[in-house]
Order: sequence, then C-alpha cells, then structure tokens
Amino acid sequence: MTKKEEKMNVPTEKNEPHTQLLQGNEAVALGALAAGVNFFGGYPITPSTEVAEYLSEELPKVGGKYIMLEDEIAGMCSVIGASLAGAKAMTATSGPGFSLMQEAIGYAKQAEVPCVVVNVMRSGPSTGLPTKPSQGDIQQARWGSHGDAPAIVLYPHTVREAFDLTVRAFNLSEKYRTCVTLLLDEVLGHMREAVVLPDPSTLRIINRLKPSVPPEWYKHYEENQKYPTPLASYGEGYRFHVTGLAHDSLGFPTNKSSEVAVMMNRLKKKIIHNIRDLVQIETFKMDNAKIAVFAAGICARSAKSAVNQARFDGIPVGLLRPLTIWPFPDDAAKKMLRDVDVVIVPELNEGQMCREIERLKMDPKSKLISLTKVDGEIITPAEILRVIREVN
Amino acid sequence: MATIPQKIIHRYLRRNKKFPHVWCMGCTNGIVLGSLIRAIAELELQKDNVTLVSGIGCSSRMPVYVDFNTCHTLHGRPIPFATGIKLFKPEQNVIVITGDGDATAIGGNHFIHACRRNIDMTILVMNNNIYGMTGGQSSPTTPLNGISVTTPHGSIDPVFDICKLAIGAGATFVARATAFHTIETSKIIRDAVIHKGTSVVEIMSTCHVSYGKLNKKGGPAEMLRFLKDNSITIAEAEKLEPEKKEGKIIRGIFHKVEQPEYCERYQALCDSLQKDEKPEAASPKKEEAKK
Repeated sequence: MTKKEEKMNVPTEKNEPHTQLLQGNEAVALGALAAGVNFFGGYPITPSTEVAEYLSEELPKVGGKYIMLEDEIAGMCSVIGASLAGAKAMTATSGPGFSLMQEAIGYAKQAEVPCVVVNVMRSGPSTGLPTKPSQGDIQQARWGSHGDAPAIVLYPHTVREAFDLTVRAFNLSEKYRTCVTLLLDEVLGHMREAVVLPDPSTLRIINRLKPSVPPEWYKHYEENQKYPTPLASYGEGYRFHVTGLAHDSLGFPTNKSSEVAVMMNRLKKKIIHNIRDLVQIETFKMDNAKIAVFAAGICARSAKSAVNQARFDGIPVGLLRPLTIWPFPDDAAKKMLRDVDVVIVPELNEGQMCREIERLKMDPKSKLISLTKVDGEIITPAEILRVIREVN
Repeated sequence: MATIPQKIIHRYLRRNKKFPHVWCMGCTNGIVLGSLIRAIAELELQKDNVTLVSGIGCSSRMPVYVDFNTCHTLHGRPIPFATGIKLFKPEQNVIVITGDGDATAIGGNHFIHACRRNIDMTILVMNNNIYGMTGGQSSPTTPLNGISVTTPHGSIDPVFDICKLAIGAGATFVARATAFHTIETSKIIRDAVIHKGTSVVEIMSTCHVSYGKLNKKGGPAEMLRFLKDNSITIAEAEKLEPEKKEGKIIRGIFHKVEQPEYCERYQALCDSLQKDEKPEAASPKKEEAKK
C-alpha cells in the first residue's frame, strides 16, 4: 500500500465493499476509474485538483494516460483527441477553467465525441472565491458554449452520489456520443464522508457502439433509427473526418441548409427523445405537501434537513432534488407547481435555477420564492426552515 | 518505382469527398499537400496509421481531401487535439497542419509546449504571412511595414521567426521549406515524420489574393518566383556576409537532436509502476492501450 492509499483507507482487496472515508473529488476519480477512464488531460485549478492528483497516481498503474497540459483549453482539446482515438476521456476543472473550455466543449457536442467534464464549482465571477462554494455555473453548464448545443449535466449531493453520477456521466457520454458535464459543489468536492462504494464488477458500464459495416459503407453521422450512430476510433480502418463545421453524414463540411438542419435536429433529438433516460429526480417527503423546496447539490442537503425538521413540526413540506439538472426536469417541476401552493428555491447564485421554475409556472397565483446567497457561504438548514415557517 | 507523381497523389485523395477544394486558384496549399502526400507515399505509411490534425484557416482545410484519419479542430488548437491522439495511440503517425496565425498567435502556447514535451508529432506550419481565410488581416509573421487589411498603414509589429521559436522551445527537429521547392519540401517532411520527437517544419507559402495584392507582390507565379529567387539553402547562407542574408528565406534543416520522446517516457513510467502491481490486474488494459 502506498502512503496515499493508507491515508485513504483503501484496502488491498480492492473489490470488496467496505467503508471508506472519501472526499467528493476522490469519489469522482474512483467513479471514473470504475467506469473505465483511460485518459485524463487537464490543468490544475482549485477546488477540482484532487481529481487530477488522484488520477495522476492511478492511471499510469493501469496503463491509462494522464497528461497535464499548458491550460484548460488544451486539456479539453486533448480529451477530445484521445476520445477520437478510442479513449474514455475526461477532464476536471472549476469555473474559470470551465469558461476557457467552452469552445472545445461545443466542439465535442457538435462533432459528437464522447467525453466527460467535471466542474467543481467555485464562487465567481472571474477569479472570485476559489475555495468557497457557489452554484454559479448552472446556466453556464447549459448555455456556456456558443450556439444551440445540447447539454447533459449531472449534479450529485453526496460523496457516494459523486461516484455514482461519474459512472453515469461516462455511460451517458458513450451512449449518446456527447460531452457530459458533472457539476460538483466546492463543499462536496472537499468534504469527506464515510461511504461504501459498490463492487466495480456489479456496475453497468456502457461503451460506445462500434461500427459493424465495412469502412466504405461507414457514415459516422448517419441518420438512423438505431441511435446513436456507432463511432469508430482512429487507426481501426475507418478513416473518417471530424470537424467543428456544420457537416454532412460523412463528416464533411457543408453549407446546404437541408444537411445542416438534419445535423442540428439530431443534436436536439438526442436530448428531447431521451428525456426519460436522462432525467433523474429525487422526491423527498412530497406526500400531501403544500410547500415544496426545489434544490440541488449542497443546497439540497440543507433543504433535506430543513424539511425533516419542518415535517417534525407538522408543516406539510417536501423536497424535489434534480440529479440531472440539464435537461431540466420540466415534467417533475410542472407537477410540483400544480401540487403545491408555494415553491422555495434555495441556491448559491442569483436565481439561475429559479428562473427555470419561473419559466414553467402557469398559475400566476402560485408562489415562488427564490432564496439566494452569493457571499461564499452555504445556505443553512435554519435559513430554509425560517422561510418554510414564514410561508406556512 | 517511377510512378507519375500525379498518380501517387490520386491514391491518397478521398473518393467520397466532392471537389473542388476551397482554395483560391493559384494558391500554394495544394502544392504543399502534394509534397506531404509524396513524403507519406515514400515512407510507405499505412493510411490507417496516419492522422492529420489541423486548426482553422486556409491551410488547415487540407486534411479533408486526403484519405487518412483526419480531424479539423478549433482555431489554434490542433496541437492539443493531436497530443491527445498521440498519447493515447502512440503508434499513429500524427501530423499537424497549421498556419502562421493558427500556430503562433492563438495557438502559440500549445506550440511551444508541444516542443517542450518533445511528443512525437510533425507540425507543418504553413506561413503565408497573413490571415487568408478571414480576408487578409495581419498575423505574427506579417513583415514589418507589411500591409494588411488591419495594418493599412504598415505593420509596426515585429515578426516571429517560427524556426527560432521552435528551437528555443525545445523542438528536436526544426526545418524550413518553401512551396516552390516541392521535391526538397517533400524530403524535409519525410525526415520530419521519421524523426522521433516534435518536428517543426515551417513551409513558406503564398497568398496572392490578400498578402500579394495588398503588398504589390504580383500574382501566383510572381510570388512563387519570389520564393525561388529569395531563398537560399543553409549551406549557401553560411557563405554569405550577414548583410547579404538580410531578407532572404533560409531553407533546410536547422536543428536535429535526439532526445527522449514523451510517449516513450510515459510508457517507461507505466512499465516501472506496473512491475510492482499484480500482473493480472495491469495486463488487459495495457494490451488494450497498445492496440
């Protein structure tokens, strides 16, 4: 055992489930390894660096590739390159790096290259508060890249869930041939919890479909019922072209509106035809609830505590917690708006998630309360409880 | 082996890609592509084992026409894309096709760091002294006092010497060629591809529609003649007085040293770590990566 393993309490029999004291960032690295990551390209940035640190130690041991690039742009680009060569590739960053990566993230979505980006959010704008939590990248994760790119964004709230959703992020990226983002709160990235991780052999791992047709028939952006089109890797005999330009079914640049429409439609369909598969939401004590708290990530932890206390006091309140934040869980949110009188949305930004609920609100009489905080501190259970009591 | 050069080129063009190409009539990018193809043909590289990665710009449109693994990436970023491909599949012959603006302006950071790492790839920088695709704006290699649409009064920016930049950053093979000297260019590209480590070849090309027109350099033929008349080999340059070398394009291989290559160093690291690990845990994935 290395010193690091001893410190992290990793036993030599790796497959045996056991309790570990793990940080959120370490859980992400372990989740990635369980999902079969074999390429990491990145650039250090607080508070995400532990993901890179852990993988820099582990990947060379299993023949995976780890490289520290000159900046986040290069990190993201190397991930796309490696994925085209056949890797399960990822990078990890935080707000400023995530901003720099946006162009390349758009490329991965446009060229339909599977990869995973972990963004451990810190307070912004700009350099902001590097060691303080924030949920300021919720809208950036959706709209950060120019153009109408699809977005699949997952958002865990516990260390164990960080592991699970990292595996899921890889699975979705391979299944839908796209870049999947995993958002983490700074608090979760650095917080240690006692967790029991599953035996890796019990996990369902999805690998991208490979073409079964001969190279001369292969169209890597073919429109077909069986979705998505299989993706070959460089060096396997399928000598295909990839570009960030609008392209036809062979990946060649095109200006024809009919071909561009097909491509753009496919990117959109990827999301809207698979909402059921993509959206995950936790419903907590929503039975007969008249008040609902809609919260994600670290705010959901505070909200859970507040809901428990309020229920103890006899207040009919529940919690809705999206695990998939994009595509936004519209249906669940609409149902919540129909069922309850008041919705409280606590979040560590100026209301980025609340505006999505606002968008879905049909009844002007139903009350929507945005509880925001952007000073680098978390929203405490007491603060949420106070609002619940006020509206009850 | 006396195949007509044109026939060699046809063997490597994509049949399913509809020509014509995007380049202007009289552009030298096609000539350079011809040199590249002849170099690859001479080396008898398998098409499957060649990956061309390019950025954004006129020269960067090159990969789409040829039958290799090809990736047309983002402006300035072909080198990090190529780094990911090469590191994951070291058996690929990775060739980066980029321009003066793509490599030394927006992609300057990636360019110097690839040289520093000495990762095995060939970087062909096509230098036409201007941003051609966007209509003739000044680049880091637009000569002092040169006219472009963004330096209508003459450029006041000193220029990059791409070869010196690459040598300074640690590239282990650095050469300069021109679009006129096609046979020589082919040989230099061949040597650059064979070289283990980061190879940089600056290829002087022409843009008669923007740089040529704005600076009264004439049409395609005159600009090619300029490359012919104004360039000298390294051997010729050594014989000349310093003042006579002024303004001349010096061709040839400036720098060639053997240094440990990045992917090999990485593999050595993996091997040393895996010795300590249980062999059954390490071997399957290692094989997969080697495929």
